[in-house]
Amino acid sequence: MTSVLDAAPLTNSLTAGKLPRRSSLWILLGSWAVSAAIFAMLYLSGSVDGFNIVGTVVFGTVLYCVAIYVLSRLVEGSRKAKDRLMTALVTAAFIIALLPLISIIYTTVVNGLPAFLTPTFFTESQRNVVGAGGGVLHAIVGTLMVTGMATLISVPIGLLASIYLVEYGRGRLAKAITFFVDVMTGIPSIVAGLFAFALFALLFDDPGIRFGFGGSIALSVLMIPVVVRSSEEMLKLVPNELREAAFALGVPKWLTILKVVLPTSIAGIVTGVMLSIARVIGETAPLLIIAGFTSSMNYDLFGERMMTLPVFVYTQYANQGADSQAYIDRAWAGALTLIVIVMLLNGLARLIAHWFSPKLGR
Amino acid sequence: MTTAAATTIKARQRPGDRIFSSATLIAGGLILAVLAAVAIFLLVESLPAFIADPGEFSGDTTNFWSYVGPLVFGTIYSAILALIMAVPVAIGIALFISHFAPRKLAQGLGYLVDLLAAVPSVVFGLWGIGVLAPLVQPFYSNLVDWFGWFPPFAGPVSGTGRTIFTVAIVLAVMILPIITAICREIFLQTPLLHEEAALALGATRWEMIRMAVLPFGLPGIISASMLGLGRALGETMAVAMVLSPSREVIFQLLTSQNSNTIASNIALNFPEAHGVGVNILLATGLMLFVVTLLVNMLARTIINSRKAFSGAN
Repeated sequence: MTSVLDAAPLTNSLTAGKLPRRSSLWILLGSWAVSAAIFAMLYLSGSVDGFNIVGTVVFGTVLYCVAIYVLSRLVEGSRKAKDRLMTALVTAAFIIALLPLISIIYTTVVNGLPAFLTPTFFTESQRNVVGAGGGVLHAIVGTLMVTGMATLISVPIGLLASIYLVEYGRGRLAKAITFFVDVMTGIPSIVAGLFAFALFALLFDDPGIRFGFGGSIALSVLMIPVVVRSSEEMLKLVPNELREAAFALGVPKWLTILKVVLPTSIAGIVTGVMLSIARVIGETAPLLIIAGFTSSMNYDLFGERMMTLPVFVYTQYANQGADSQAYIDRAWAGALTLIVIVMLLNGLARLIAHWFSPKLGR
Repeated sequence: MTTAAATTIKARQRPGDRIFSSATLIAGGLILAVLAAVAIFLLVESLPAFIADPGEFSGDTTNFWSYVGPLVFGTIYSAILALIMAVPVAIGIALFISHFAPRKLAQGLGYLVDLLAAVPSVVFGLWGIGVLAPLVQPFYSNLVDWFGWFPPFAGPVSGTGRTIFTVAIVLAVMILPIITAICREIFLQTPLLHEEAALALGATRWEMIRMAVLPFGLPGIISASMLGLGRALGETMAVAMVLSPSREVIFQLLTSQNSNTIASNIALNFPEAHGVGVNILLATGLMLFVVTLLVNMLARTIINSRKAFSGAN
């Protein structure tokens, strides 16, 4: 390998051999072509059924990594070769992460669309439905009510707590709250469900308790820390000059916060709240524990079991009836509904942040 | 943070001020109270499990600890496997976004990875069982045929692909976004002068990353991995749907008998549980809570020990 350098000991690294421009692109295309040829031969020889496109890309990429390393090592030396190899690996890591995302969205759309487009899907519940048909209206109503109540609980508490941390909190208590808010973002969702269950089972002395409001409490435990974190970041962005100007005019501190600080940061806070809703609306485990499942409509948060969209997906999958394909179709359609809601919330949140964010001139 | 001068002039406290500031104080205190309440209520409700009758436990287990043992093993085993797969890829993605991708694209690419975090876990479960398990099953048969002498790959192979290894892959995908997000933040905080100094000495881009970025980001990578570990330990639905569980400690990765995890065991058995069975499940939940709390506290302490990382979440 070092013979190239030995042969021309006086050439410095700036003028030493380099692979031609765009050579990495051509090598990549070349290795894909080679691997496609190999897989095509396997296909034509009849030893495998079907042309394996995933195998082609994966094998071709591995081939590229080897080829670029060897070629670059021969022409450019070992340090440059390592650099090229790592560039290829890092890029591959990114592509690898995108594959499941694409695969999930694709399969959900393809499997979910047939039942999703049934006319009754959004207008009926599953009551007395055996086999195909019925809809998710009961689950959508349940999800909206449970998540809405969770938002009503979490936003005031979370917002006030973040105001405390940014505007008032000094010393140990504020540090402890900041620390444990961060820790709380890592609580497993099922633990939040178990907590809500334990709380209400003790309160009402009912060891089999299931109702929608308990689900809201469980979701609030998960949602509050997210709201606090995001609101805190947004409140910190408000320039101090605004607060000082208000104080200089003799405005009390609480009015300064309500009339100056909050309006300035409201776009960011709304974005944070929407992202936190998007995060808890897909939670299954806590609702399975405390809200339970049913196939009927229930508009009462405080009584009886309440179906929610994620739990609908799970139960349709887990308790398949005689016509199992109908249940699986509905599970995928429910998943599609859920993904659409989450993506809409995410997209809307980013748009709000983009449109209304204060122009800080940075 | 408002800067407090050494000689602050005390503002007059109006009623509005008092009400508002105590309201914020109560809200802040409430968060700590909730965390304490989670621990207390779970503890109170799980006490009966520790003194439960041997007959209350399903299978041939006679006390709580032999019941929860295999579950703890399954939880940690699957989470560690997921971590081993996710961390290198996450570091790669974070490096790609922070140092390799074109500047203009970097933000959009970051959003793409964040979208993965927006997918609900139950959808991951459906995908794992409907797409991933059938996809990887042929590989598993080959692995068992060729490498069956290696204990973790010992047979008989699962016919459905619903093994702990598949679960670990799904978990790895699910924890990728959080590890990536934190690593990315930290890599971007590498002092520019360090990077430029390395490049000026003639380092290639990879050598610059080895010399400047990775040493600087190491504590961040460690704590990001631990946060990911916390997520993987507590993940419920994906495991509950994909895994074909059993009640023993099993090291084999590719068989149809796999140790269940705590969270998935709760989700599978809670709807039908009654009597002391509920308390037993709550007690396993308490174990899970304690473990994840410790992991998260350790991770946050490491992050906080370097103040510059506080923006990372």
